[in-house]
Amino acid sequence: MSVETLRLKAEEASRLVESGEASAAELHAAYLAAIEERDGELNSYLRTVPEADGAGVPIAFKDVISSRGVETTAGSKILSGYVPVFDSTVAARCREAGLPLIGKTNMDEFAMGSSTENSAFGPTRNPWDPERVPGGSSGGSAAAVAAGLAPWALGSDTGGSVKQPASLCGIVGLRPTYGTVSRYGIVAFASSLDQIGPMTKTVRDNALLYRIVAGKDPNDTTTVDVPPVEIPEAEDLKGLRVGVPRELNEAEGIEPGVKQAVDRTIELCRELGAEVGETSLPRSVEYGLACYYLVAPAEASSNLARYDGVRYGLRVDGANVREMYEKTRDAGFGDEPKRRIMLGAYALSAGYYEAYYGQAQKVRTVIAREHAAAFESFDVLVSPTSPTVAFKIGEKAENPLAMYLSDVLTIPSNMAGLPGLSIPCGLSDGLPVGFQLIGPQFSENTLFRTGHALEQTIGFDYVPERLR
Amino acid sequence: MSWEPVIGLEIHIHLKTRTKMFCRCEVEYAAEPNSHTCPVCLAHPGSLPVPNEKAVEWTIKLGLALGCRIADRAIFHRKNYFYPDNPKGYQISQYDEPLCVDGRLVVPGPDGTTEVGIVRAHLEEDAAKNVHLGTAEGRIAGASATLVDFNRAGTPLVEIVTQPDIRSADAARRFLQLLRQTVVELGISDAEMEKGSLRFDVNVSVRPSGSDELRTRTELKNLNSFAFAARAIEREVQRQAEVYQSGGDVEQETLHFDPGAESAPPLRSKEEAQDYRYFPEPDLLPIEPPAELVEKMRGELHELPGARILRLAEGLDVGLAEDLVTSGRDALYERVPGDRRAVANVLMNQFAVSGVDPAAANADELGRLIDARSRIPRDRFTEALAKSGDPGFSADAYLGDGLVAETSELEPIVDRILEANPGQVESYRGGKEGLLGFFVGQVMRETQGKADPKVVNELLREKLSA
Repeated sequence: MSVETLRLKAEEASRLVESGEASAAELHAAYLAAIEERDGELNSYLRTVPEADGAGVPIAFKDVISSRGVETTAGSKILSGYVPVFDSTVAARCREAGLPLIGKTNMDEFAMGSSTENSAFGPTRNPWDPERVPGGSSGGSAAAVAAGLAPWALGSDTGGSVKQPASLCGIVGLRPTYGTVSRYGIVAFASSLDQIGPMTKTVRDNALLYRIVAGKDPNDTTTVDVPPVEIPEAEDLKGLRVGVPRELNEAEGIEPGVKQAVDRTIELCRELGAEVGETSLPRSVEYGLACYYLVAPAEASSNLARYDGVRYGLRVDGANVREMYEKTRDAGFGDEPKRRIMLGAYALSAGYYEAYYGQAQKVRTVIAREHAAAFESFDVLVSPTSPTVAFKIGEKAENPLAMYLSDVLTIPSNMAGLPGLSIPCGLSDGLPVGFQLIGPQFSENTLFRTGHALEQTIGFDYVPERLR
Repeated sequence: MSWEPVIGLEIHIHLKTRTKMFCRCEVEYAAEPNSHTCPVCLAHPGSLPVPNEKAVEWTIKLGLALGCRIADRAIFHRKNYFYPDNPKGYQISQYDEPLCVDGRLVVPGPDGTTEVGIVRAHLEEDAAKNVHLGTAEGRIAGASATLVDFNRAGTPLVEIVTQPDIRSADAARRFLQLLRQTVVELGISDAEMEKGSLRFDVNVSVRPSGSDELRTRTELKNLNSFAFAARAIEREVQRQAEVYQSGGDVEQETLHFDPGAESAPPLRSKEEAQDYRYFPEPDLLPIEPPAELVEKMRGELHELPGARILRLAEGLDVGLAEDLVTSGRDALYERVPGDRRAVANVLMNQFAVSGVDPAAANADELGRLIDARSRIPRDRFTEALAKSGDPGFSADAYLGDGLVAETSELEPIVDRILEANPGQVESYRGGKEGLLGFFVGQVMRETQGKADPKVVNELLREKLSA
């Protein structure tokens, strides 16, 4: 049969395969055809896999996720031609679950960015409006799912790289609790923050994919045992205590249209039976971004040191080893990785460590405590995911600080290692608005339940208007 | 003015775990290059370290043997620097929260014991090995290419740092020997310098005797034996003393010795203050050794070599006791009955060259042999020692054909020798008393070595002085 992918949820696709209405190969072919048809404009994929390797629903991986035998570049020239000899743990788990890889998606280089404009292989465009960015850094995965080019995808989230593009593309994105999904085989950006997260059309799809990839991994000693994942059924929010952190909802730069859609959704929580109250995260919001821009670049400066031209990827020869390093790294890295390597190396330097990296780690503890205190009174905290809807390509490219502010609402809870779910909650100027749900550690089931109940009531149509 | 040396050591010891520190690649010395590698030790993107628990346990054990406090919480740090033998661009090491801190090693010596403080003992990973092509000496200068062998990359290494408590080159040598023996007996390392499983650097400064100041130090690197290190330290101490005597100042620098040629003068380099940008390794959790584990390791410690030297020295002397312990022949020494000094001397001399494994030697039979050694011809004694490790070895065969000590039997032979060599007799009587050995040799040849040298000596002296 011919499968129409545009509206197809992963759960439905799975039913098609299980009932024998479509084979995995047919499904795979249908998505390849859709990619052929629509991705010329969007550039959400860096490369596709021609044959289905597995009997289930295809999946797309952000290009930081190693899959044995498939080129993995992390959106960087320095990794051009690098083909992993091993599967990341999440790739292995998807393989075991029978999910064939359909392709690797575009991203900001080394996951550094909020617009997918920083890719060495050209920007990805937003399926709702190709003049606009899909968000980032997992913009390729978000655009692919939104445009029906993958039933579901995996992204990675360091400062908001799953939640923010999910928001800008009108899909569901989960950043899981730090330590619940293995980082083994994920090209590292900032090790203490990186988490792999599912990007899907629905909350139920998200829970299904999270169930496949989450769990303790002996190859990543920072992982832990995860409570059994429940696929949400709830229709109401009775008994749920919803906190509205003032600073996250009244932050400077939140567009009125975004605020409106989010306020409507908060009202909806009340209508569905939740108790809604105001709360406060003053220090988390005031210091979160600054703290993040010390910790993440510091770790990145060290994580990116291995790209030296010696063993794999790009090498530019020089008269001696030092010159080879310099030429290779100069030619291989784009502006944003260079900027962050310099920032990070500086923050770790002797004499500055205590004032910068050391201090930032202490502030992180303060942020975690402040969130923990809020969760004494509330089960979930809510806010916009991004202060704005999708912005125009090039609009912030020349102003890194403006770009960094895209993540101002997602970063605080990320710094505390907490899970966050972004669901679409409406449109502003015809562009999707994301609603962020933050929970305490290991509260993914609560986030799914809440997100699902809201999703059912909101009835957001995840197919971009121009593609309907 | 007299000058006192102030010496501190930094020692690296390879742990002989079956697998590497952070991946499960086999550790094998001198294997085919790059045959023991994986995505982790090659630093492929996304690979993550998983600590070797055995290495952690062994470091704790070593820490306990060195009297250290074992930290309740130790953390790994990243030490960042670029070099082709450092695939991740950082080495996983320990920084301000090491596993073992604040210990001491008591080193017995002929002039009393020296107590050397141990600042720390920490766990880290070794680098790969760079092989420079195109130069005879394998040096980087002038090399046409550099190849990297990653077999060694990520193998477990313990770094031990001492306080500057050592006051002579000889004490430094003694400390190193004792430390080496300690790790060998713990069964955690081969600690062989030739294989690079024990390496060390020495920090040397001098100060006016009696003062407690710490002056500028120099660092001695690439020393390839304990004896050479002792000589190099002595020369450096003397050099620094001369610099101060002549009104100069010692500069902080590193002396790189040429492992190929001991006589070559060391290359000097200014110490560049390198910034390693240490920060806690975010890919690893802190090590929090459970109290039960620490106690289990403590329970596995036997009498340590330092303590044994002191105990054995009571019936002997420190030098001999130290030799026995650091050569690993002390257990045999304790099993062999007989005169303690005689047993010690034989074990450290004739037995040592026999190549017999001390653990295999028959102690009781050795005791009988040593007891009767004055009555056994030297080459027969040597032969007996060489067989002392054979199964079923008995001293009887060597005690049976005892020496001819009867004057009545030896006298005619002595007379005959003297008659046959009138010239030498003349010379001896003229004052060349060294010729006595010549006559003894002749008699021994005549008797096929069975003559008792003591009796022969007496007879010859008597007749020659007549």
